[in-house]
Amino acid sequence: MAGPVAAGDIPIISVENLEHRYGDFKAVDGISFSVKKGEIFSFLGPNGAGKSTAINVLITLLNLQKGKATIAGHDVKTDPQKIRESIGIVFQDITLDRDMTVWEILEFHGRLYGMPLAERRERIEELLKLVQLDAKRNELTKKLSGGMKRRLEIARGLMTRPPVLFLDEPTIGLDPQTRMRMWEYIRGVNREGTTIFLTTHYMDEADQLSDRISIIDHGRIVVTGTPWQLKNTLGQDLIYLETSDNPAARRLLESHPSVREITEKKQGIILMVNEDGTRLLPGVIDMLRENGVAISTINLKKPTMDDVFVFYTGKEIRDEGQQPARGGFLRAARH
Amino acid sequence: MQDGFLTIYWRDMIRFVRFKTLLVSSLLQPALWLAFFGIAMASNFDAIMAGMPVPEGAKAVGYLTFMGCGIIAMTTLFTSLFSGIVILFDKNWGLMREILASPVSRNHIIIGIALSGVTKSFIQAIIIMGFGVLIGAAFFAGVAPLQIVIGITGVLAFVAMFALGFLFLSAAIAISMESPEGLQGVMTLLTMPIFFASNALYPINNFPEILRVISAYNPMTLLINGIRYFAIGPDFYALGHQYAFTQEDILLSFLGLVLFTAIMFALAWWRFRKAVVT
Repeated sequence: MAGPVAAGDIPIISVENLEHRYGDFKAVDGISFSVKKGEIFSFLGPNGAGKSTAINVLITLLNLQKGKATIAGHDVKTDPQKIRESIGIVFQDITLDRDMTVWEILEFHGRLYGMPLAERRERIEELLKLVQLDAKRNELTKKLSGGMKRRLEIARGLMTRPPVLFLDEPTIGLDPQTRMRMWEYIRGVNREGTTIFLTTHYMDEADQLSDRISIIDHGRIVVTGTPWQLKNTLGQDLIYLETSDNPAARRLLESHPSVREITEKKQGIILMVNEDGTRLLPGVIDMLRENGVAISTINLKKPTMDDVFVFYTGKEIRDEGQQPARGGFLRAARH
Repeated sequence: MQDGFLTIYWRDMIRFVRFKTLLVSSLLQPALWLAFFGIAMASNFDAIMAGMPVPEGAKAVGYLTFMGCGIIAMTTLFTSLFSGIVILFDKNWGLMREILASPVSRNHIIIGIALSGVTKSFIQAIIIMGFGVLIGAAFFAGVAPLQIVIGITGVLAFVAMFALGFLFLSAAIAISMESPEGLQGVMTLLTMPIFFASNALYPINNFPEILRVISAYNPMTLLINGIRYFAIGPDFYALGHQYAFTQEDILLSFLGLVLFTAIMFALAWWRFRKAVVT
């Protein structure tokens, strides 16, 4: 099923100047990006940034209004049928029929995609094991927990062994342990060769999972890079110290070659350093101790995706509560 | 893919047998109509009619047999109209996205849904005919086995065409609406005039002129004409009125249903093309 795309750095998804409007509202405002074969690529952005709209255009549920997009060598606008055959999708909300069993969900999906019987049945067994739902095969999906439902949806997305899997907010509403498990599944799926396109508004998720991230806001891509690159553009680790003699500590450390800047706080000092703080810290401790300054508190802070996000979009990620509900908004925008 | 519609059909039938209460109540409702309203009214009407002369050559049939045909039609109407609710749930719960994002063509989706709707109506029609015979309705009375087969085939052909028409209408309304409650309201509002302005429970010949014309062109009346023709016979006498159908009459009734269904299909097609499901 894979298109005419070889391994390596050749893009499996490439998007140029994609635009999408709902009436006068530009939900997606001219974005361009490409996803390499075999990587995990994330759209990170607040609710309402245009992530889902972009994904819905790529998976052919919305018409491509303006711009160009290809997936696995097929054009989204002119060849939607081929696109549908090349991708798997896990939607933002749970889209399982409550009154079908786990096995029936997968069987139905396999049949929808025209998989031959033998291949279908074999694949179902494999996937039920992969997502550990083997014992639940005859359970109606309404009786599954939230995490199980999500796992079943991921299994369904993988039924047809698509070259590209789209995950729209895959861990929304899951508890922390289940989220970590989901990440492991997603990494496992990726290791087997599936390219993954992910949208999320969770910083840690984008940070943990992605090979590359595009931060998207107001329908535009603000910046793209690896999590490491993005965090490094912000520069330095921060070390916070409380000592027996803060002014003395400050004087001592000012001469340290890796310390770029020192700010004094009420009870301690903050060092902004220009190398890896975890490696620097032992030397700092020794230096102070040798000069008779006792340390009472140490805190090391690495720049997080939150800091990156705030830096690029100029705001904290928006709370879900502050946004109009997605469905309601779209409906209002369409009429 | 050539058998996409079978996949859609398979899923729909799984759900049909899985909703046990819905399945049982959809069969129980017409049975209760037959058992209570049917028998109660039959005992009255048949007593009143007992003294009246039957025209020569016409076969007199009891009220239960007469209204039994109407009840088959009523069940088909209800089942088909309310089938739209499933589409609405599929839409609201996002289930439709999985299907729409799959390679199955839109035509196959429509064919699959239509086929399952018709199957459901067939099952119900056959069960009601059986139950009717059991409590004394004279369906297919005194005819040869081959005639019974032809008769049942005829009834099912009418039921199928009618069911398709209302499935499409129901789907068109469902895809245009947001809430199941609203849909339920609209459907209930529709069923009343369609059911009562028809010849399901009584002859329409003595209606006031306007109502009589409306009733005569009501798809429900066209369906019931067909059912009575095949289940009772071309010439019978009931409720003080002689029913004589020629083959042309029945063909016209059927063509009327075909026209109705074609219009409803166009309506559904238009509504679905406008609908965006994400």
